[in-house]
Amino acid sequence: MAQDQQAERWSAGVIPYAQMGYYAPGYVPADTDLLAAFRITPQTGVPPEEAGAAVAGESSTATWTVVWTDRLTAYDHYQAKCYRVDPVPGRDGEYIAHIAYDIDLFEEGSIPNLTSSIIGNVFGFKALKALRLEDMRIPLHYVKTFQGPPHGIVMEREYLNKYGRPLLGATTKPKLGLSARNYGRVVYEALRGGLDFTKDDENINSQPFMRWRDRFLFTMEAVNRAQERTGEIKGHYLNVTAATMEDMYERADFAKELGSVIIMVDLTVGYTALHSMARWARRNGVLLHLHRAGHSTYTRQKSHGVSFRVIAKWCRLIGVDHIHAGTVVGKLEGDPANVRGYYDTLREARIPASPGNGIYFDQDWGSMPGTMPVASGGIHAGQMHQLLHYLGEDVVLQFGGGTIGHPLGIAAGATANRVATEAMIKARNEGRDFAAEGEDILRDAAKRCQPLQVALDTWGEVTFNYESTDTPDVVATPTA
Amino acid sequence: MRITQGTFSYLPDFTDGEIAAQIGYALDRGWAVAVEFTDDPHPRNVLWEMWGLPMFGLADPAGAMDEVLACRAACPGHYVRVTAYDASLGRQTTALSFIVGRPATEPGFRLDRQETTDRRVRYSLHPYAAGQPRGQRYAAGSVGQNGARDS
Repeated sequence: MAQDQQAERWSAGVIPYAQMGYYAPGYVPADTDLLAAFRITPQTGVPPEEAGAAVAGESSTATWTVVWTDRLTAYDHYQAKCYRVDPVPGRDGEYIAHIAYDIDLFEEGSIPNLTSSIIGNVFGFKALKALRLEDMRIPLHYVKTFQGPPHGIVMEREYLNKYGRPLLGATTKPKLGLSARNYGRVVYEALRGGLDFTKDDENINSQPFMRWRDRFLFTMEAVNRAQERTGEIKGHYLNVTAATMEDMYERADFAKELGSVIIMVDLTVGYTALHSMARWARRNGVLLHLHRAGHSTYTRQKSHGVSFRVIAKWCRLIGVDHIHAGTVVGKLEGDPANVRGYYDTLREARIPASPGNGIYFDQDWGSMPGTMPVASGGIHAGQMHQLLHYLGEDVVLQFGGGTIGHPLGIAAGATANRVATEAMIKARNEGRDFAAEGEDILRDAAKRCQPLQVALDTWGEVTFNYESTDTPDVVATPTA
Repeated sequence: MRITQGTFSYLPDFTDGEIAAQIGYALDRGWAVAVEFTDDPHPRNVLWEMWGLPMFGLADPAGAMDEVLACRAACPGHYVRVTAYDASLGRQTTALSFIVGRPATEPGFRLDRQETTDRRVRYSLHPYAAGQPRGQRYAAGSVGQNGARDS
């Protein structure tokens, strides 16, 4: 740097972030760098490179003005560097800024620390109209500092002794209001009918109509009765979400003592509490289910917030065994390409960049176990071929209404879902084009299973065809 | 009752052709097929007896079918299952496991409850058949293909 430029850089006052070193178009990221792709919408008149530099600055070392105390540090090392800015195809005024962060900026094994930088003050920065964290590359060096899923997909299957097909679940309905005894009835019927899991809903904690301890006792009676009826291992996600860690530990310990194979928490507990529960689950041999309550407040809109693929990555690092990740065909937001990206992020060991699925960077998880994605919300047996096609085999398919709303009863609803699953897996393994022939496969299976026939008659035509809000923005590349 | 462990227990019992098709799927993926049997169907009994070693390197499903038939014939009154093992890095686990033979009568399980303090109950599951010594737990008949009794 020439001497006059040096002087300008350090004279008191406000200078552009780009001039402070936060814009570095020639920078080649190191293998150990954390990389982030931000979608930025600069205010009118702010050049995109300056906006990208500002994001790099505000999410690392910078403040709004020059400070001489930077010169007490090896500031080049600690400054995040915006090394690339691309316009978003088809979205006027939006750009993707690629930013590299040195690994030394972050505490080992701490998502709270990582997020305080990456999605801290910077999201309120006035020079931007909007800001969205689209994706992150977590270097393997940093991955290795995290516990990861307490058990992971492989261990979960071995623990449950269930292989070769999606696991099946149902959320107890109505979500609120059932007494503990009635709640136990729903759990028993669903599990004995053929589901592997039932689930507390996210907002079932410990309310006046049903206190947590009563729910745990009646639910475990139901789980054990269903095991007796089927000879299979069954589970119910006992939601231990509470106001304090002390309460959560008390509930989790009680669930363990009663022999539950799994507990759950809501994303609303926060990242620190999630880290704590992940450790508890590893230590106590209990599976940990995460319900992503609240995520749509910041994941759904394209221009501002955090993409769910980033949340999925953080949650796998923290360590959960299950996380809700979309259904494609159900009632909740979920573009097929994006959902594919989430599922890959959760399950695979190495994920190559694939802009079509919203994946901006290669991601290497090393030997960290996979997290089982959970598909829940408005799905039914008649969609089994589509579910298997979009979501694959390592997934929990959760049919709440699609089990409990069955005209012949809860157990019949569960049986319909189980038969549909097994029939579709059988057909797939036999080499049939199950995605195309799915309806025939289900109809044939229903000939020997009345509950499935009734399910198809009741819900066969139900679809949720709405346009997705969050879709990948890529230029279509012609294929040969 | 019908024990519903395994990938396909909610479907009608498979014919030999259907079993061979599943074995073919496993072999196409490079999974090692094995045959296992037990007369202790407790859901946490994962260590069923091995009918020989897993068939590493097998190419033709017929070879594995021969073992299924031989195991069934030799072990009436037992559960028989086919498993497929995926040894690839990151899996190293069972990929498919389904019952291909079961005793003609399945008496099921007894659920014992031990009441403790504060309304807590300790549960314990016992296969009724487990009261007898190994090998004498079920009547000699067994169900193989299409629910037909072999003997």
